[in-house]
Amino acid sequence: MLIKELDVQKYILVGETFVKMSGQNQRLNVVPTVTMLGVMKARLIGATRGHALLKKKSDALTVQFRQILKKIVSTKESMGEILKSSYFTLTEAKYAAGDNIKHVVLENVQSASVRVRSQQNNIAGVKLPVFKHYTDGETKNDLTGLGRGGQQVQACRNAYVKAIEVLVELASLQTSFLTLDEAIKTTNRRVNALENVVKPRIENTISYIKGELDELEREDFFRLKKIQGYKKKEIERQVAAAKAYAQEKVAEEIALKEGVSFETANNMLTQGSQKDEDIIF
Amino acid sequence: MAGRTPIRTINSALIAMIADEDTVTGFLLAGVGNVDLRRKTNYLIVDSKTTVKQIEDAFKDFTSREDVAVVLLSQYIANMIRFLVDSYNKPVPAILEIPSKDHPYDPAHDSVLSRVKYLFNTESVASGRR
Repeated sequence: MLIKELDVQKYILVGETFVKMSGQNQRLNVVPTVTMLGVMKARLIGATRGHALLKKKSDALTVQFRQILKKIVSTKESMGEILKSSYFTLTEAKYAAGDNIKHVVLENVQSASVRVRSQQNNIAGVKLPVFKHYTDGETKNDLTGLGRGGQQVQACRNAYVKAIEVLVELASLQTSFLTLDEAIKTTNRRVNALENVVKPRIENTISYIKGELDELEREDFFRLKKIQGYKKKEIERQVAAAKAYAQEKVAEEIALKEGVSFETANNMLTQGSQKDEDIIF
Repeated sequence: MAGRTPIRTINSALIAMIADEDTVTGFLLAGVGNVDLRRKTNYLIVDSKTTVKQIEDAFKDFTSREDVAVVLLSQYIANMIRFLVDSYNKPVPAILEIPSKDHPYDPAHDSVLSRVKYLFNTESVASGRR
């Protein structure tokens, strides 16, 4: 997970410098071969699938996020009301039990009877903490206000327990809010990195490899044509040579039939044109 | 995920408080208060004699303690150490700003609520446009 995130960040960084340097014409540094084309295509499919999945995750988180936002606003507003009423009951209790009740309360603190338990709630792979309050052991301060104002003190305690209920709920909402905010940011960053950096780069690489392969094919084709031309010429030459040879042979055969070798016949002809010393006139 | 602290499953955590005397009294009555073996409390009573330094120290202490899940903070006290509250960005323990008895509650000052309101407004505007 860590490496993936780092990778994406690297992609983003590298992407930015690339965009500044050469616009959208960035591609991976690969050897243009058919194998590499297959690898790149597989990577593109993977990137597309990852992009779709992350987008879904981001959408799911956003839905949750909006629900939490609405809840936070309404709970914050109700918190004000509840705290106001609990302050009022405290004032009542103070009036009924005397002002020194707070010293009694402060002195009686030992260990907390109202505590918070936190659980994890998994939403689209993001772990959100959920706080639940619970009361363990017997409630202390049982004798507080025994002399006078006991009822008010109990009412005050109940009001504050209610306030804690709301506050704990609010705390878990707030924590979820912060965690989800962070998670949505990370997910969106990944989605954008895949969409704007990784995918175009792979696509560019694929088109580059395809272009190079086409180029190679054209070169090959041209080379074949050239070789074919050479071969044709060669064959023609050979055919011509064979023809000349055949003609020669035919002439020789004719001469042989006449009793004179082809060469002597030739010689006689040429000799005839030459000067013979024996012939005086 | 990198950079994010894993959320522990805590079975029993405390609610810490930094507030004025009346608020603390009320919550202590409900049974929130805790005193450990070293007489360390999970609450701080702020009165006119409490210095900002003391509040800061208490805030840092409560937010770094392992057994605290929620920190309740009176809003006027949160305003005194606003820079600390705003720079705090861990999910656990959660900081909750609560109104105090003699200071009216102003949602605009709440660091989380202002963010919530901002997002909420932009989102409701965006959804209204649709």
